[in-house]
Amino acid sequence: MIQTWQSDQSHSTAAEPVISARQLNHYFGSGELRKQALFDINLDIYAGEIIIMTGPSGSGKTTLLTLMGGLRSAQEGSLKILGQELHDASKQQLTQLRCNIGYIFQAHNLLTFLTAKQNVRMSLELHEEMFDRDIDGMSVAMLNAVGLQQRVDYYADSLSGGQKQRVAIARALVSQPKIVLADEPTAALDKKSGRDAVEIMQKLAKEQGCTILLVTHDNRILDIADRIVYMEDGRLADNPETTIAD
Amino acid sequence: MFRNLFRKTPLAWFQLKREKNRLAVALAGIAFADILMFFQLGLLDALFESVVKPYTSLQGDLFLINPLFESLNVVRSFPRKQLYQAAGAKEVESINYLYVGQGEWRNAQTRTNQPTMVFAINPHNSAITLSDVQAHQNELKLLNRMLYDRAGAEHFFGNVVQELQQSGSVPIQFNNFQVEVVGTFVMGASFAANGNVITSHSTFLRLFPTRKPNEIDIGVIQLKPGTDVKQVQAAMQSELKSVLILTHEEFMAHEKKYWEATSPIGILFGFGAVIGFIVGTIIVYQILYSDVSDHLPEYATLKAMGYSDGYLVGVLIQEALIMAVLGFIPGFVISIGLYSVAAAATFLPIGMTISRALLVLTLTIVMCAASGGIAMRKLQSADPADIF
Repeated sequence: MIQTWQSDQSHSTAAEPVISARQLNHYFGSGELRKQALFDINLDIYAGEIIIMTGPSGSGKTTLLTLMGGLRSAQEGSLKILGQELHDASKQQLTQLRCNIGYIFQAHNLLTFLTAKQNVRMSLELHEEMFDRDIDGMSVAMLNAVGLQQRVDYYADSLSGGQKQRVAIARALVSQPKIVLADEPTAALDKKSGRDAVEIMQKLAKEQGCTILLVTHDNRILDIADRIVYMEDGRLADNPETTIAD
Repeated sequence: MFRNLFRKTPLAWFQLKREKNRLAVALAGIAFADILMFFQLGLLDALFESVVKPYTSLQGDLFLINPLFESLNVVRSFPRKQLYQAAGAKEVESINYLYVGQGEWRNAQTRTNQPTMVFAINPHNSAITLSDVQAHQNELKLLNRMLYDRAGAEHFFGNVVQELQQSGSVPIQFNNFQVEVVGTFVMGASFAANGNVITSHSTFLRLFPTRKPNEIDIGVIQLKPGTDVKQVQAAMQSELKSVLILTHEEFMAHEKKYWEATSPIGILFGFGAVIGFIVGTIIVYQILYSDVSDHLPEYATLKAMGYSDGYLVGVLIQEALIMAVLGFIPGFVISIGLYSVAAAATFLPIGMTISRALLVLTLTIVMCAASGGIAMRKLQSADPADIF
């Protein structure tokens, strides 16, 4: 499965977006309770871009993020991630896709019974080919890059909030994913650790050439974005089409 | 794929290791369940072993009994002439017979009566081939002499062994007759009776005045060497329809079957083992369930990262298996200790056998895997879409 869409990608031109949504609609519930959460989303995100998605609570940002991350299957319209169509994708296809996306959550969600290094390792172990390389070395190098060289063998629950979030960033980026999706990564952090965390993300993403889609309410970090999209009531208020129309 | 198996992070082991208290509780629970199963199954085996103990010292190729003879506890006699009739076959080398009864031994110290199995042999040619019995065979030729099973508990039968060493013979009351104990042998207590004695045919008929000499309980046939036992058995059975003719194994199986099916004791012990299994399953399930519940967001994160449901199920199964094996070890060791305590207290042949250890280990693994299976349902609720 991986092979097929990796080869797809090699054929694609540089201009082709890594994330492409067309007339994407999404509903929750069924029957009388069916409620539309996303309306006619059209969005293209290109390789290496850092996009910040912002908007009030309940506007559908997280729903869109989970769709793009392959955590839900798309119901209506078209959603292409790394060249793979997610409309009616099977559970197995979604699981495969998720191996190539890095996630950073609001809560760090580290495995508390593992050390920082082991947590980062878990992300590398998803890829069979990594076993022929120095997994531990790569994990330690990644923890160095997020400034945690002193905490490599600490258990996750003995780290501070900011340190945990940096481990989570290391875990998301260590396998060099094409896309990183982050949901309120700074919400649980103070101003300085939050700033540090996104700057590390920005720096590493630029080095690896990966795309970052970041959902946030935090105005202090908007400046790291290449582009900001605004969402309200399930509609994108600032996608390329509407900008041109204006 | 398997090449990388041992290079992967052993998630199950790390998770168990991190919560040492919880692991200790789980292992104690599993060990308890194992001890319960070991003990019940051990008693069950001891029951079967003890009831066939008298049979193991019987020497013979074929055995004749009344079809209503259910066990040594429920003996029915049959006419001796049937045995003589069977002896007419040309393959027969020799015949022998036993009277079997349950009498009352009066404990000289406490003056209480003890139910005791009496095996009556021919003192010229004993069907019971224990070396102790053969050594005292000549003394049994005199009337009112018997041999005492020294495996009987002292508080039941009095201090017979020591008195015997001092004076050479001990007078006791048996079925209200005065008899002399002139020697000892070892057969072992059983669930049927607290102890055993061996005496001669003539003494037996004196002790049990209602018994007739020509009504015997077990007929023993020795065949000529090299004869096909099964073939002779079939031929004899077709001629003698009123008795049951059994080989040595069949005779033992006949006794076991009685205890297995007819007596409630076998069922009770089996039931105890089932209870142990259920208790263990519940304990392991509780541990695994709370493990899954506590780590639900993390499991959901692993799913979001691209780990499949199968991987997480595998982690759960590994946890269950690790607990099964680690819990079995203390259960096994403690059970061996308890067996020796119980054997010393009851004189029943209770001991650890490899086959029982393997059985309980298998049951433990099944128990843990079943708990893992139930806890897996909780795992399904780890939806990665909910953690954003």
